[in-house]
Amino acid sequence: MNEMYDTAKDTCLGGTDLDISECESMMLGLMAPKVDVGELFFQRERRLSWSLEDGKVKEGSFGVSGGVGVRAMSGEKTGFAYADDISRDALKPAIAAARAIVKSGGSIESHQSPALPALVAQSGDAIHVLDDPILGMSTAARIDMMQRVDAVARSLDNRVSKVSVGLHAVHEAILVMCTDGTLCGDVRPLIRMNVSVIAEENGRRERGSAGGGGRRQATWLLEDERCDDYAREAVRLALLNLDAVDAPAGAMQVVLGPGWPGVLLHEAVGHGLEGDFNRKGTSAFAGRMGTQVASPLCTVVDDATLEDRRGSLRIDDEGTPGQRTVLIEDGVLSGYMTDKLNAKLMQSECTGNGRRESYAHLPMPRMTNTFMLPGPHDPEEILASVKRGLFAASFGGGQVDITSGQFVFSTTEAWLVEDGRCVRPVKGATLIGMGAEVMQRVSMVGNDLELDTGVGVCGKDGQSVPVGVGQPTLKVDEIIVGGTSSA
Amino acid sequence: MSTDSLYDLTAPLCEQDGDLPEIASRLIEKARKKGRKIGIDAAEVGISQGAGYTVTVRLGDVETTEFHQDVSCGITVYVNQCKGSANTSDLSIAALDEALDAAFDIARFAQPDSCHGLADASLMATHMPNLDLSSPWGMALDQAAEMALACEDAGRGFDVRIVNSEGASLSSYGGRGVYANTHGFLGRHNGTTHSIGCSLLSEDVRGKHRDYWYTAARRADALDPAVSVGQRAAERCLARLGGETPPTGACPVLFESEVASGLLGSLTSALSGGLLYRHESFLEGALGTRVMPAWLSVLERPHLKGGAASASFDGEGVQTQSKSIIDAGEVVSYLLSSYSARRLSMETTGNAGGVHNLILEPHTTKTRRELLQEMGRGLIVRELMGQGVNLVNGDYSRGVSGFWVENGDIAYPVAEVTIAGNLRDMFLGIVGVGDDLDPRRRVRTGSILIDSMVLATPA
Repeated sequence: MNEMYDTAKDTCLGGTDLDISECESMMLGLMAPKVDVGELFFQRERRLSWSLEDGKVKEGSFGVSGGVGVRAMSGEKTGFAYADDISRDALKPAIAAARAIVKSGGSIESHQSPALPALVAQSGDAIHVLDDPILGMSTAARIDMMQRVDAVARSLDNRVSKVSVGLHAVHEAILVMCTDGTLCGDVRPLIRMNVSVIAEENGRRERGSAGGGGRRQATWLLEDERCDDYAREAVRLALLNLDAVDAPAGAMQVVLGPGWPGVLLHEAVGHGLEGDFNRKGTSAFAGRMGTQVASPLCTVVDDATLEDRRGSLRIDDEGTPGQRTVLIEDGVLSGYMTDKLNAKLMQSECTGNGRRESYAHLPMPRMTNTFMLPGPHDPEEILASVKRGLFAASFGGGQVDITSGQFVFSTTEAWLVEDGRCVRPVKGATLIGMGAEVMQRVSMVGNDLELDTGVGVCGKDGQSVPVGVGQPTLKVDEIIVGGTSSA
Repeated sequence: MSTDSLYDLTAPLCEQDGDLPEIASRLIEKARKKGRKIGIDAAEVGISQGAGYTVTVRLGDVETTEFHQDVSCGITVYVNQCKGSANTSDLSIAALDEALDAAFDIARFAQPDSCHGLADASLMATHMPNLDLSSPWGMALDQAAEMALACEDAGRGFDVRIVNSEGASLSSYGGRGVYANTHGFLGRHNGTTHSIGCSLLSEDVRGKHRDYWYTAARRADALDPAVSVGQRAAERCLARLGGETPPTGACPVLFESEVASGLLGSLTSALSGGLLYRHESFLEGALGTRVMPAWLSVLERPHLKGGAASASFDGEGVQTQSKSIIDAGEVVSYLLSSYSARRLSMETTGNAGGVHNLILEPHTTKTRRELLQEMGRGLIVRELMGQGVNLVNGDYSRGVSGFWVENGDIAYPVAEVTIAGNLRDMFLGIVGVGDDLDPRRRVRTGSILIDSMVLATPA
């Protein structure tokens, strides 16, 4: 009746000395006086990676991990411990350690423990396949695919001197049980291919990288020759950068291409709208709900419900169903992303953004797939409007200081624009700005929304989770470009 | 187990290494047996265990207590020059057997590479000095929480302009591990790390500003006092108030010692074997050439007592040794593992897994005052943002927070600017090194003054 839950439960608890009712009674052992919520998070994960270098499959690695995270919450306090082993003996001391929070430090108002709701397994529709991406393709076929990518890259240009291909598959099952009545499970496949190319000419050497993936089977990479496209794109970028000249330095107009450049939104507004920073008042966006924080052309959403996307979640790591949350509507701040704790403390509805790297980490508000909705402008018209500036089509990554709102992101493909035309490629440069200021300066938004190909990893407080980004072509009237060539 | 014994998880771990050596030896033996028929060349096993806690306080109350205990085991087998690896977080016999099988399965599909294999048996470490890396704190959770509270209180009470806090935290971790291979080598390592940190907010007309400070050491008595950590965080936070915008253009740049160690880290990454044999380093072929001024050297000192990155052997069991990486400005050694060494037709330098305590040694150091005088007009870098470091060609472009200097004095704090240059020019362009070296870091260097980089600003 509920295949997802049953598969998750069997994967997490199968072969252990624990079953659901045993786990439930152990969870109730968390409920000391003053503890208002207790939670168990079971996880098992299998990972398989292959790497190819110089046309040879150099090495492979297989990994398994599993455990249970235990959380006891008392008001704003959280006690957390975990066990690397899913068993009764491992769970007991973790429970004892987690509930120790209620007796440490400061005073806590005493109150009655709430009456606990009964646990009912929740059902829901799958938004991705349940199949295991590790088993879904034979090893020989995986290796063939990587060699094919290598051959495509080498065949394109004799300046290609080095090709590396990585193929990663993860199969993860989680089971969440909480004294608020939550009992649910999820099965999450995830694949990713990365292609990195070095091109050489006249002693100059440049790199190009591309890749993609999602919550899918590895065979998806072969459909529509996607893996060949990654090879072509990596080669194109490496060759392009062989001709790149020094990037300009200073404030200028910048057009950002569609898709992965949406890392702009992830850094400029995404992190700043995570609930924990706003509850604590440490974000530059704290207390600005309902105010204009971006140009009226900008509507930004976080959407966990997209089919098969890298950041997609049927349920988050606290068992809340994944949702679409409008963060900025027509430039007005309209929503924060929350987990259960921050939703409760902010007296708002939880948006299903509670995520954790693993059972060994505490959940916190995190993005899923974050992107801007399309606008009225033709991308050609946007470029044509630039007299002198930069067109940035691809980025390496970014970072933000959520308190000041200062963020950076670094180009991997950028062009100098003169009189509405891309005239020459420029070297990688860091772009820097203040989130709300840059978003106010978005003066044109394209009708060409694209999502990234599926390679994003987001880090926060030492925890990494897979995410997606996207946007249409955008024009920012002024942002600082960190090149070396004075304008 | 009672909760009280969990408070000091680090203690039992550090005093004895339990059954890890036995598990590792047994796995090596199993690999040997299992591989006998199919022609196993070699196998290696690494197992590590760690435990500890972090207490976080915020606005005068405990926010989270986290207990950690981690274990991981990695197995690599080499069969007819093919490599297969597997890892597991479960040390049960069944899980280890499954991992070993998985490693063999992978080796079956990998392609032969004559450079694969263990490091030469003659290089295995025999000298295992006591490096004094392990010193459990032995503090109860309540005391840890009190110390973190004292740290945050000192920061928040430092000045009325400290308007908010991201909290203070105290962590104490201990770990131990073994590495074994089919040469018959079995090495043990252990260590503790304790730290206290604090992050605070100030505010002015330009908005909110965050800054932090922390102290970390292998021994609790080597930590800075909690109160001074909070005060230093507050001072740094206040120093960001009243920012202005400097002009776009070329100027000298001073990397404060905390960020200078990252800069030196880029140099050692570019000298590491993995990047060199892949032709992905701007320092390929740099051996014997000058990459820094002649008055500078870079040394590796793996056997420093209590050093943050001290080790008797590297990730392949190779004896670590003190050596020069850069001598009088010239590259005299790369940083190689046995695999990258074979790819480059060289010898391993005992750097599988990284460097062990790196030190920048100038002929003379300068005080902060002298460095600013020498700079005259330029930028002090306190914090760097972004990943704009391209080791393939040396291009460097990153976001910066820091201070603008006029006439040898700090004029005002600066944010929302970038600096750009090329690492090759930047290292050759070092004109001064400060006397503010922090001996507790992995990469030890004073502040580094570079003659010229390009600053991009809103002006």
